[in-house]
Amino acid sequence: MMNSWQLWRSVLVKDLRIAARRRSDALNPLLFLLMVVTLFPLGIGPGPDILARIAPGIIWVAALLATLLGLDRLFKDDYNDGSLEQLCLLPQPLAFTLTAKVAAHWLLSGLPLVILSPVLALLLNLPLDAWWALALTLLLGTPALSALGAIGAALTLQLQRGGSLVSLILLPLFIPLLIFATSAVENAGMGLAVQGQLAILAAISVLTVTLAPLAMAAAVRMSMN
Amino acid sequence: MWRWLHPYAKPEATYRLVDKLLPWFAALTAVSLLVGMVWGLAFAPSDYQQGDSYRIIYIHVPSAIFSMGAYFGMAVMGVIALVWQIKTAEWSIPAIAPVGAAMTAIALFTGAIWGKPMWGTWWVWDARLTSELILLFLYVGVMALYYAFDDQRTGAKAAAILAIVGVVNLPIIHYSVEWWNTLHQGATITKFERPSIATSMLWPLLISLLGFMLLTISLVMMRFKNELLRHELHRPWAQRVLGTAEESH
Repeated sequence: MMNSWQLWRSVLVKDLRIAARRRSDALNPLLFLLMVVTLFPLGIGPGPDILARIAPGIIWVAALLATLLGLDRLFKDDYNDGSLEQLCLLPQPLAFTLTAKVAAHWLLSGLPLVILSPVLALLLNLPLDAWWALALTLLLGTPALSALGAIGAALTLQLQRGGSLVSLILLPLFIPLLIFATSAVENAGMGLAVQGQLAILAAISVLTVTLAPLAMAAAVRMSMN
Repeated sequence: MWRWLHPYAKPEATYRLVDKLLPWFAALTAVSLLVGMVWGLAFAPSDYQQGDSYRIIYIHVPSAIFSMGAYFGMAVMGVIALVWQIKTAEWSIPAIAPVGAAMTAIALFTGAIWGKPMWGTWWVWDARLTSELILLFLYVGVMALYYAFDDQRTGAKAAAILAIVGVVNLPIIHYSVEWWNTLHQGATITKFERPSIATSMLWPLLISLLGFMLLTISLVMMRFKNELLRHELHRPWAQRVLGTAEESH
């Protein structure tokens, strides 16, 4: 019998393999993000000063929206084919196993954002001093986005069209991340210290990643009956 | 120790208790609200700086406090519903949420009315205003989730989980917007310091607070009674209460 870690790894590998075979599912949110970021200069005007001023906010809001897009398939397929129910029946703790799915979601949606961030910074004329801060905030903040998002996805598993409901319940919970991340990037752009905001971001992520699985497991079990 | 609570897991016993208590709460609400409002709005002295505009605190502060109090109560009910699987606690969530949302809306609305003469604008992106607005969103989320499910037990559990997640998040949201931007005046009454408000203004405020607390509880009780009846319509006791019982079986 597998122990918890082996199960964890096999769930992670399975999710990544599925994503590798259906690349568009993972790519679409990223393309969406890129397009949203493109829309802002078109809507506001291409003035480099104003773009640099609002760049952190735009990129982070776009990241929040892109996270919501990918949530739909986080548990849904496993729920429909019954494998999620099997995970519930195993003796290994469900909350821990589900973190593997959150990790897979982060590798497919959060990490690409970090990698993409220099391009986004370039598009929005973010100064060089600020783009590394942007990458760091995304690196520290996106795990919390994935974990909170998984709660929303688990809560709406039974619903046919849960998409708009998920955004309704999740966006208020994302607000602290948005505030600290954008203020870190702004401070970095002005050459001020950013350790404070980054530390808080990291703290929120650690707290969310440790506590959210409990809510996730409760929500998944609730969806099973 | 908790044995006396056990009968109230049964909807009928809960209904009888709420039914018995509601008139008392309603009467006390009417008295304390009347005294608090008349004293505060008509007889308390005007403020030397804000004139008569400050009088809106007799509505604004109580509704803001109990918008948060109701959310906390809802989350406590959520814990009870999830841990002990008590049906009546599940049904109290849809009873509390709209009342709390209404309190939040009142706090936002009265704040806007006060902000116009004082700050010269209906709305500013100030920390407290923003966290109150986010609280309203959280209420809306809980209600939307509850009513999204066909099976109401599932809906209630989902709403309970979300309410608990929200309660963990509320302090984080509150302090994050606090550090982000603040214009709102500091709290006037706190537990640990002498209140920075004249006694002649404080008393009507405390009575209004009591009135709004009782109002929130009474409204929740009224909604809770309806929820109990709605879920138990097929039971004889509910039919007896509603007078729809068939005479002969």
